[in-house]
Amino acid sequence: MGDRIAELEEMARLCRIDIVEMTNAAGAGHPGGSLSAIDSIVALYGTSLRFDTTNPSWEDRDRFIMSKGHASPAVYAILHQMGVLEEHDLLGFRTLGSVCQGHVDMNWTDGVDFSAGSLGMGLSFGLGCALSAKMDSSERRIWVMIGDGEAQEGQVWEAAMAASFHNASKLRVIVDRNGIQNDDFMEVQMEIGDIGAKFASFGWSVREVDGHDMSALVEVFQWANADDSGPIAIIANTTKGKGVSFMEDNPSFHGKAPNNEELAQALEELS
Amino acid sequence: MSSPSDGGASRDGYGKALLRLAEDQRVVVLEADLGKSTKSCYFREQFPERTFSLGIAEQNMMLVAAGMSSSGKIPFASTFAIFTERAFEQVRNGIARPGLKVHICGSHGGIHTGSDGSSAQSIEDIAVYRSIPKMTVIHPCDDLSAEELTVQLLDLQGPSYTRTARNKVPRIYDHESKLELKIGVGSVLEEGEDVAIIACGVMVERAREAASSLSEEGILCTVVDMHTIKPLDEGLLARLAEHCGCFVSVEDHSIIGGLGGALAEWLSTNNPIPLEMVGVRDRFGESGETTELMEKIGLTREAICEAARKSVNRKNAA
Repeated sequence: MGDRIAELEEMARLCRIDIVEMTNAAGAGHPGGSLSAIDSIVALYGTSLRFDTTNPSWEDRDRFIMSKGHASPAVYAILHQMGVLEEHDLLGFRTLGSVCQGHVDMNWTDGVDFSAGSLGMGLSFGLGCALSAKMDSSERRIWVMIGDGEAQEGQVWEAAMAASFHNASKLRVIVDRNGIQNDDFMEVQMEIGDIGAKFASFGWSVREVDGHDMSALVEVFQWANADDSGPIAIIANTTKGKGVSFMEDNPSFHGKAPNNEELAQALEELS
Repeated sequence: MSSPSDGGASRDGYGKALLRLAEDQRVVVLEADLGKSTKSCYFREQFPERTFSLGIAEQNMMLVAAGMSSSGKIPFASTFAIFTERAFEQVRNGIARPGLKVHICGSHGGIHTGSDGSSAQSIEDIAVYRSIPKMTVIHPCDDLSAEELTVQLLDLQGPSYTRTARNKVPRIYDHESKLELKIGVGSVLEEGEDVAIIACGVMVERAREAASSLSEEGILCTVVDMHTIKPLDEGLLARLAEHCGCFVSVEDHSIIGGLGGALAEWLSTNNPIPLEMVGVRDRFGESGETTELMEKIGLTREAICEAARKSVNRKNAA
């Protein structure tokens, strides 16, 4: 298990390099929320997600729905590390005709299950997938990632209510709790308090985890995969920009790409 | 819950169509606490395992439908027309943009809805959905055509919005003539060479009444049920523009961006013949009994007659 964790940590490091390189190449994008989310994504793809890299559209695959669609570099990075996307795909990020659109788009990229970009919609979409899986008596699980700022959208809580009412037992949500949104810290913009307690009040099972502790992430995802009693929320406490010192906990790197000098420093720190 | 009536209200046709579609196991029905009103309740009664109540939460309903569509289901989601608009951006970004086959029905469209007042009277739904790429937009005129067109949605390769009406109106079609209806093909009800009156929804019957009055004045009208506002039947418009030389649009909807707007766009870029518009003239509705409201707003047989005379005069003056 220790070797496996080390492998996942190495994959996360390579993903971080992809994230800073592709946002630098594009001169745009959202590195901060991609770097906060990437450890959860690596842990999920590396251990718990039923996914066929040779057939990304396999009907009975587990779904990964990136609802905070601006963190697209994190998705493209994992798909690159899994062998679905090539490096030149990543370097085309945000350019005309690229399979790597600015926000994740199911019609443009193999292995992307949802067209995001407008916050608050992914959990509802995941609920639709989960109810369909139930109708089909399928084993497939639906994993949705939302941001903590995104949880300000009322639709998230419409979905939370409906998932519990319809007992969407295969539905999972990971909340990337990095405490920063577009304009500033959440405590300045609109702090929403205990997100886990809010999900719990709607009848979800809730676990909190250190979103950068690979062992803890693997453990919590395996727990979530073994429990089919109802919808589960995992609150991943993270640091925005994790892994690049000058981006960490820095609101200005929510939606700003590193310039060439910053890229060089980031790559040095990630080497 | 009321039983299917003998007809008239297009919402009844929607409800009956869902029953006909039920044989296809991919069909699922979504409701937002208005199933008794939109008539998806007929489906719920017989197929509860494929009917989902999403509560009074339209934004969530639209994306649940999108997720189901991405999983191979064919969702039919309904609420009042006005409340679908609350989830406009969800329809735009979550359904239409990825091209997911979700069929939305907005019932109680238009001023015709009556005494609930302006908050319930959607007068802009056709305009907003028509502006979304890939959306098919349908507004049937009676229960039989609503049923037939809704059944055809099963094979549509993209999302759709269908507006139905609350109240019964006289049937335009019978069980035989409804079989000739096709999504995207305007239905010519009467042929005359002086003016083409192009109508949709509950105003189709008014258009026929107007044509009858106008014939007594010697003005011979073509009357079209343009049940599909998008894609517009451009072939038919081209033929009618040549044949009649002037148009009147008639709709229980704002003259901005609806059927009249669509005709204006087409005419101005293809064959700029006179067009007069009968519809809601940039105002909200109010409470009242349907007939008196339609009179106050100007959605009457006489308003259509006046518009037709004007359109013909403009043609003759040109």
